[in-house]
Amino acid sequence: MSRIESADVVVIGAGIIGAACAEALSAAGLRVLVLDRGAPADATTASGEGNVLLSDKGPGPELDLATASRRRWPDLLATLRDELGDELAQVEWEPKGGLVVATAEEAVGPLADLAYRQRQFGVEAVDLDAAAARELEPHLTDRVLAAAHYPQDAQVHPVLATTALLAAVRARGGEVRGGVEAHGLVFESGGAVCGVRVAEGAVPCAAVVNACGPWAGHFSVAAGAAIEVLPRRGTVLVTGPLPPVVNRKVYAADYVSAVASRDVDLQVSAVVESTATGTVLIGSSRQRVGFDDTLEVEVLRRLAHNAIGLFPVLAGVPVMRAYSGFRPYTPDRLPVIGEDPRVPGLWHATGHEGAGIGLAPATGRLLADLLCGRKPEVDPLPFRVDRPTVIVGPEVER
Amino acid sequence: MQVRWDGEEVEAEAGQTVAGVLLAKGVRSWRTTRGAGRPRGLFCGIGVCFDCLVRVNGVPDVRACQRLVADGDDIRPQSGAELPS
Repeated sequence: MSRIESADVVVIGAGIIGAACAEALSAAGLRVLVLDRGAPADATTASGEGNVLLSDKGPGPELDLATASRRRWPDLLATLRDELGDELAQVEWEPKGGLVVATAEEAVGPLADLAYRQRQFGVEAVDLDAAAARELEPHLTDRVLAAAHYPQDAQVHPVLATTALLAAVRARGGEVRGGVEAHGLVFESGGAVCGVRVAEGAVPCAAVVNACGPWAGHFSVAAGAAIEVLPRRGTVLVTGPLPPVVNRKVYAADYVSAVASRDVDLQVSAVVESTATGTVLIGSSRQRVGFDDTLEVEVLRRLAHNAIGLFPVLAGVPVMRAYSGFRPYTPDRLPVIGEDPRVPGLWHATGHEGAGIGLAPATGRLLADLLCGRKPEVDPLPFRVDRPTVIVGPEVER
Repeated sequence: MQVRWDGEEVEAEAGQTVAGVLLAKGVRSWRTTRGAGRPRGLFCGIGVCFDCLVRVNGVPDVRACQRLVADGDDIRPQSGAELPS
């Protein structure tokens, strides 16, 4: 393998966030090297469902980022098609919309209230009664009491999107290296970053982006500037290929509280969607179990039970496989996007919990704006590194 | 033992899979794709790809490479992907 020469920016982590940052930085004319200790798009990015949602976010900074990102997705995909051609830029983008469903009386009021508050922030959210919901989704349970339709929700194939972004980085003169672990940083005498340490030596660079997802906390410690990012395990069930069953992303109204829960214990909330290949993806589960990726029967049982609760026809379909992965979770539930105040040249782009796919374009754009000194479209303050629950320890050990 | 493939009687042996019986008979495709109706049969042969789906005794989406034949089994081709009824 040839030696890696140098780069303007080294992005650590070739998942969707790293890829989106690398794309935005390379679009700004910087020479970008993306490193991943594993294969690109093989960790958290490959463990989810490809959600691009506004529906699950109440008014606040995350919704602002999601709105900006949802606007950017089609433009970004058009750029990729122009640059790479239709085949390489094919990412199974489906602006299919989302439907949030209440099947319990106590969920009806909060769902309508959330939709109302979201509408004040410019999100399209349409209240539906049971009949209207079943018109949109004919296989939906007849126990539905009320629903909310979000036409702006979308779905994308996360691995295809990531590899397309990385292909653009390479087309612009950047490099992507899987199987290369970053062991730490190299500092010049003033304390700023001037390189990344890998097995074969050091790669000179002017800036480093920590896009390590659930491992961003570990890497930040190796980099000498610890931030609090923790893993939150999720499991997805995949059915065998089926004829069209679910037209949109459909999920239960209790999903938002499952995301927001600080409990360590298992949080399960039904999320169901079809894919271009006919399989139905069934989520969602959240557990704080460190980095244990065991598939637990109880989790699978509850995922299946909840999915059948929304779509009874799924009761008899074959299950093809299941997979587990880790979301990057921050204690205050907001991503971390910005320069580390303790280490000039070290940037973080992580902490997106289960929303990383959808938030990737705006995250990449925000990071590139900040790094290049441009005025960002989204207010960066809520995502700053220097937050009490995120920044760990005042001193930097080197 | 005797099983039926698409209405026709076929000899089978205990321990054979449905895929084994069909391949021995020279049948290489027993399913069509959902979109373009193209022929499909065995692919991975180890039960993980879900490409070899066939209808057995009225139940669709059975993996032919995994299912052992039983006397009197009624094996029929499957069109695309089917929902259980």
